[in-house]
Amino acid sequence: MFTAGTESFLRQAREIQDQELKKFCLRITGLLQKEDLGNETIDCLQRLFLIVSATKYYRKLEKKFVELLLSAMYFPKSPEQVQVLCAAILREISPSEDLTLFYDHIQNTKLLSLMSSVLLAQGNKRDEVRDVGLRVTKILESRQPEGQSLRYLLPVLSKVITLSPKVLKEDQINLLNKRLIDWLRYASIQQGVAQISGGFFSNPRARQPGPITEVDGAVATDFFTVLSVGQHYTEDQWLNMQAFSMLRKWLLYSGNDGTETPDSDDKSELEGSIMSMVSATSTSSRLLPPKERLRENAFEYCQRLIEQSNRRALKKPDCELQKACLVEAVIILDLLCRQDSSFMYRTLSCLKTLHGRLCGDLAYVQALLPVAQFFLNHSEAAAVDSEAVYQHLFTNIPSELFYNSMLAFEFIQFCRDNIHFFNGNLSIFKSSFPNLFKFLAWNSASLISEFVDILPVFIDASTAIEMLHVLLDLPCLTAALDLYLRSSFPTAEKPLWDPSLKPTSCLDGVRDPYHQALFQYLLRPKAKGFIKGLAPLHELLKPMAGCARVIQCAETVPILIQLFFTVVTEFADGTLINQLAVLLLGRSGLLFDVPQFKAAVHREMSSQLLVLCKLHPSLVVELSKELLEFTGTIRNIHSKENIFTHVVWAIGEYLSVLYDRRCTVELINKFFETLEALLFEITQFRPSATLPKCCPRVITVLMTTLTKLASRSQDLIPRVSLFLSKMRSFAQSPAMTSVYSEEDTETILTRATELMNLLKMPSVAQFVLTPSVEVSNPRYHLDTNTSLPLALQMASRLVEKEASLLSWQVRGRPTRRPGETNERTMRRKDSAEGEGE
Amino acid sequence: MVHAFLIHTLSGSGQATGDATFCRVLYSQVFGSERLPDEPGPRGPERDRLLRKEQLLAVARQAETACKLLQQASGRPPTDLLPQSSDEPIPLQDAPSGVFRLRPGDPFQEAKVVVWLRLLSLGCALVCEPHENLLLAESTLRLLTRLLLEHLKLLSSGSNVLLRGDRIEAILNHFLPQGQLLFLNDQFVQALEKELSTSLAR
Repeated sequence: MFTAGTESFLRQAREIQDQELKKFCLRITGLLQKEDLGNETIDCLQRLFLIVSATKYYRKLEKKFVELLLSAMYFPKSPEQVQVLCAAILREISPSEDLTLFYDHIQNTKLLSLMSSVLLAQGNKRDEVRDVGLRVTKILESRQPEGQSLRYLLPVLSKVITLSPKVLKEDQINLLNKRLIDWLRYASIQQGVAQISGGFFSNPRARQPGPITEVDGAVATDFFTVLSVGQHYTEDQWLNMQAFSMLRKWLLYSGNDGTETPDSDDKSELEGSIMSMVSATSTSSRLLPPKERLRENAFEYCQRLIEQSNRRALKKPDCELQKACLVEAVIILDLLCRQDSSFMYRTLSCLKTLHGRLCGDLAYVQALLPVAQFFLNHSEAAAVDSEAVYQHLFTNIPSELFYNSMLAFEFIQFCRDNIHFFNGNLSIFKSSFPNLFKFLAWNSASLISEFVDILPVFIDASTAIEMLHVLLDLPCLTAALDLYLRSSFPTAEKPLWDPSLKPTSCLDGVRDPYHQALFQYLLRPKAKGFIKGLAPLHELLKPMAGCARVIQCAETVPILIQLFFTVVTEFADGTLINQLAVLLLGRSGLLFDVPQFKAAVHREMSSQLLVLCKLHPSLVVELSKELLEFTGTIRNIHSKENIFTHVVWAIGEYLSVLYDRRCTVELINKFFETLEALLFEITQFRPSATLPKCCPRVITVLMTTLTKLASRSQDLIPRVSLFLSKMRSFAQSPAMTSVYSEEDTETILTRATELMNLLKMPSVAQFVLTPSVEVSNPRYHLDTNTSLPLALQMASRLVEKEASLLSWQVRGRPTRRPGETNERTMRRKDSAEGEGE
Repeated sequence: MVHAFLIHTLSGSGQATGDATFCRVLYSQVFGSERLPDEPGPRGPERDRLLRKEQLLAVARQAETACKLLQQASGRPPTDLLPQSSDEPIPLQDAPSGVFRLRPGDPFQEAKVVVWLRLLSLGCALVCEPHENLLLAESTLRLLTRLLLEHLKLLSSGSNVLLRGDRIEAILNHFLPQGQLLFLNDQFVQALEKELSTSLAR
């Protein structure tokens, strides 16, 4: 248990000064020099290990002391504890320049493995990885040293090839291939003998080794594998286990290292493997070069594992191992087929049978992923139809096992790794997105970062609308999945859901046919278009909205929406953009009532609406009906303030003949009247109404938009000027001063005055508020990279052509605030107000 | 192949107070140093070591967060996971665990996958290569945790995980040699446990 005591102990270790450390090292030196390897030394070494490992800063140990630790490792009488501790200390201080290891004479494989761990930690500055690799290979090649086990060296070899891919030469690889064949395929099928010294009471008959058995207790019928059971294991059985553990790595290493040419194999090398010559039963494969032979043996081994994994294990840990072995075997088979296509047909039939078996047994579900991977990789080359495999994988698995977090992770990894396949013509993948979102809805915290990688693949013109709905309904889906689990496993001993929550009303509600249909729709496995009216479900699931899992999921939605729009705006045409905008307006009021969810989604929706408008300004004209309806509803100001403000700003910005020729005066007038009525309502009627306070920003944006519209339909100018002039009396009314602070009032009044002044000069107003594309598009005032000549050119053009206008305008603005030099600045302020969320 | 193994604290779940809210790496072993790109410029051993330590701390912090979020989602209060008495056996099968991916460059040069397991106020984690057999990694992590519990009395009060470095090392040397995940059936595990006990008894 980690307690305050441990914490303070850790701190003491960190705070030890160099001087104290030096003294402590001297003490250890004394002990080691006396060859005192008892408890005191061990205790001191434990402390030293703690001191060097507890801090991230470097602890300097004297070169002499480092050498002493090394010799303590070598020292034959050193107990294992001392050796292990010395190695641990040396590893902790690595990379170390004071470290020189001589280990060519070491025959003890256990010690060699320990030394290797120290050397491999040095960062390969002096080619240590290569040295270790060569040394280990040499021992593995040669006759096994007496009383030493090679099994400590295989993991070293495995690490070496991981760290440095070009260490071994081809002839070494070939020799190791042969050794691996022996270990994998020709390990003894008799049990090992217990290592009891033949004492007085030992019964010689009891030590008679029996045959190896399978995991279900039956006598083994074929060669030894990691799923073979014995009371004791022989050396070659240990090596078999080690060899299989590193087999995938080795096949990848030896197969992909530019050593594809088999011609280097001569007869003398063939003789290197004595055991395989003696016990090999299949003669055909014996004539192959070692690499091919290893593949052949690996293939047989995997096939045997697949067969063995079908047995009913007597012990639970073995049952777990069967699953892991099955996964590994399928991955290796896939690898073999990639390296050598001649395995394809044999593997194909084997994996087809396996798939049939796996479909009926959810316990082995993890193996379905490598099986599917195999079919993805090879079905085209093998000309087989593997639709059923994907169909089962994408339809059944996510809906049934979305709560299995490990599977969810692997499933999404699988999708990410195969994006290139799915991007082609695998429609089943794309259409399964509602199903895959179940993984995210349930495991949102752990999967969100994976999901952002695959989300873009799902989005195209045909799925965009449904996808956006799915994203917005994600927290609702989490709640629905929770209910699904509760109703499917009501008596589960270890519930997967939050047991503190008892949503009885939801469970009852889901059972009635009306809700049932909506519920089924929400849990649909495949995309099937959007149906309207999930609102009743939101209402029904409301008691679940506060549940932690739902909240976690809700937090991911804004991120996904943002990503969605980044992708969709790449390809969307006007029609789709309009659909999306309508969807955003519509859904802004139809969101699952999770704390803070609405506000966060509204924020994201607002900024995305602006993006859509900017991309397709005609939207404002084409969707005029929807926008008028939205802005005409006074409720929206309060419930969706953010979106409302942005919509109003967008109307002012884009409702112009500049962006769309269809923008008539009538349309402008219509919008003007709606917005005017609205502003009138919130400013003039406010005192008597019971509506809550309206943010000053809404008022300023409304005023600005009205002014903009008036500048484009100049008959409206007197109306808006009159309105703006009334703002002063409005601001000074007692009802108003009680609600708005002085600063707010000041902001509103300043904006009203500015706009009024601008409207006094209609042509200037039009230039400022609706600049032509040629003026506004270069946006010199925003472009920080504008070159000096460009800036000068611009300035001179302004001065020459518009000198009179400018001077007149500057003089004509009585309430110009400091820092505001011309109308352009003002325009920028205005636009920043709308966009600068 | 496993790149690293670590034992770290999980804040907000134990009785520790004050500074203990920080995540601490109590033990770590990196199996072979990471392949580093050939960057120009000086990079002393001290910096390499610092980088290694920071990487492990980053993993521990992420595992801690992952654990916290999982715990939150389960809706159970953290105290629910504390044992009634320290002698009670911990049902390791039910210990919360999870897996997450580290993107290349953050914090390791290459992408990694971390499998973590929570043991009351301690966390254990394996930093694996991206396409490691996760079923095997998870069962190995559970096995290692069980052995740590048995041989270090990890959770009984008074014992000090900090001064049992040799035992942790011995367990790793047997069951995760050089970071190699082993396909061990139950008989192999028993044989290795016997070997481990003999080496620890000496």
